[in-house]
Amino acid sequence: MSGVNELRIVGFLCNWCSYGGADAAGVGRLAQPTDLRIIRMPCSGRINPLFVARTLLSGADGVLVSGCHPRDCHYAEGNFYARRRLEVFKRLLPTLGIDPGRFEYTWVSASEGQRWQTVVTTFTEQIHRLGPMPRFSPGEACVAVLAESGG
Amino acid sequence: MNVLSQLKEQIAATLPNLDLVIGWERGFDPLHHTPLFMRRPEDVERLVIDALCVHNLAVYLPGLKNKKVGVAVKGCDSRAVNQLAREGLIKRENVVVFGFPCDGAADLTKVRRQLGDISGVQSAALEGDLLRVVVDGKERETPLKDVLADKCLRCRYPNALTHDHFAGEPREARVQTDDYKDVVDFEALPLEARFAHWQQEMQRCIRCYACRNACPMCVCRDHCVAQSRDPHWVTQEDETREKWMFQIIHAMHLAGRCVECGECQRACPVDIPILALKRKLNKEIRELFDFEAGVDPQAVPPLLSFQVEEKNINERGW
Repeated sequence: MSGVNELRIVGFLCNWCSYGGADAAGVGRLAQPTDLRIIRMPCSGRINPLFVARTLLSGADGVLVSGCHPRDCHYAEGNFYARRRLEVFKRLLPTLGIDPGRFEYTWVSASEGQRWQTVVTTFTEQIHRLGPMPRFSPGEACVAVLAESGG
Repeated sequence: MNVLSQLKEQIAATLPNLDLVIGWERGFDPLHHTPLFMRRPEDVERLVIDALCVHNLAVYLPGLKNKKVGVAVKGCDSRAVNQLAREGLIKRENVVVFGFPCDGAADLTKVRRQLGDISGVQSAALEGDLLRVVVDGKERETPLKDVLADKCLRCRYPNALTHDHFAGEPREARVQTDDYKDVVDFEALPLEARFAHWQQEMQRCIRCYACRNACPMCVCRDHCVAQSRDPHWVTQEDETREKWMFQIIHAMHLAGRCVECGECQRACPVDIPILALKRKLNKEIRELFDFEAGVDPQAVPPLLSFQVEEKNINERGW
């Protein structure tokens, strides 16, 4: 991504598969974009969809969640619950006025270094296409209210 | 015998076996009814039921979990009773539900829009399809259908879905299916317009949390994350972003649980259309899991369960 300003992307990765996968990609010296900051979680089932909401509202431009493949969860069923929650949350985004492409969830196992590289690269490109996340501007909001009240 | 006197009879007959029965009575002015807690036989006389009985009284049930309580419910309110029982937040055997056919509840914001300032209202009467009010000695009227809440115009469940006593005859639903046209229309707007819409609406929020307090499914009460510092989900900053964050939390905590009684939006003192978020989630929950909260008392809440192969989630495409 040379010549392009970095954007802020946060990744929530499960400890057992995707974090290992990202590590494998690093050990294998696979080139990856550097926009992503990783937060290690015990399991994708630990990831509250509201983590994603809070992250997007607090300054991130994109959020990536990755866990073990379905049927491969270290805790047997954490990612099954996660899948339902995250899918519901992703579908709420259009109504919030946030592009649903700013949030993706996927599954990467500990041995899939290559797949991790593809996921990170694709997602980073996607966020760069969308650009920085729009923000509520407190200043403008005040001006709008004042203008409305004629003050 | 009309529905009200029949309901009063049923309540009076059951009251001796219960700690209290919750209904509605006339409030501080003729347009505002208020919840009525009936403990003695003479309290039953104050009960009213009409289009101004806007509150969802199921909101009181979780706090009275270990008491024997009767509650009068509209169709939408009965879904809350079902859902609370399904989640184990109330004991259904401790609750006696009094159902009646509901003709729809008025939205006082719409009344204000139709009739102007109604703060000095002296009398209000529902005559057939007309709402007639007297404000400052002047009579004004409006067709009732113009002031019914939006949820009532698309009501599929006018009769209590669960009840132990039912007064009157069940009535026909206004519509058979909900096509979520409001949600579809909103999403047809450009993304920037949707974002700007929420900025415009949410900056009015005064963080009174009336939406949360009126919600029958918001049961955390004093432990709500909105006021907790550990975890610190929302800050005290006076920013639209934080108000917005709370609404997202509220909506997500109701995913697969919201019964669309519309209490959040009705209780909002600054008329923020927050029901839109819950409607959107309900639409998606219905498409994904074919589930509607509070309709089938046996159905498993979708976010408390899973299937190894999800029929409607195709996450491999990414």
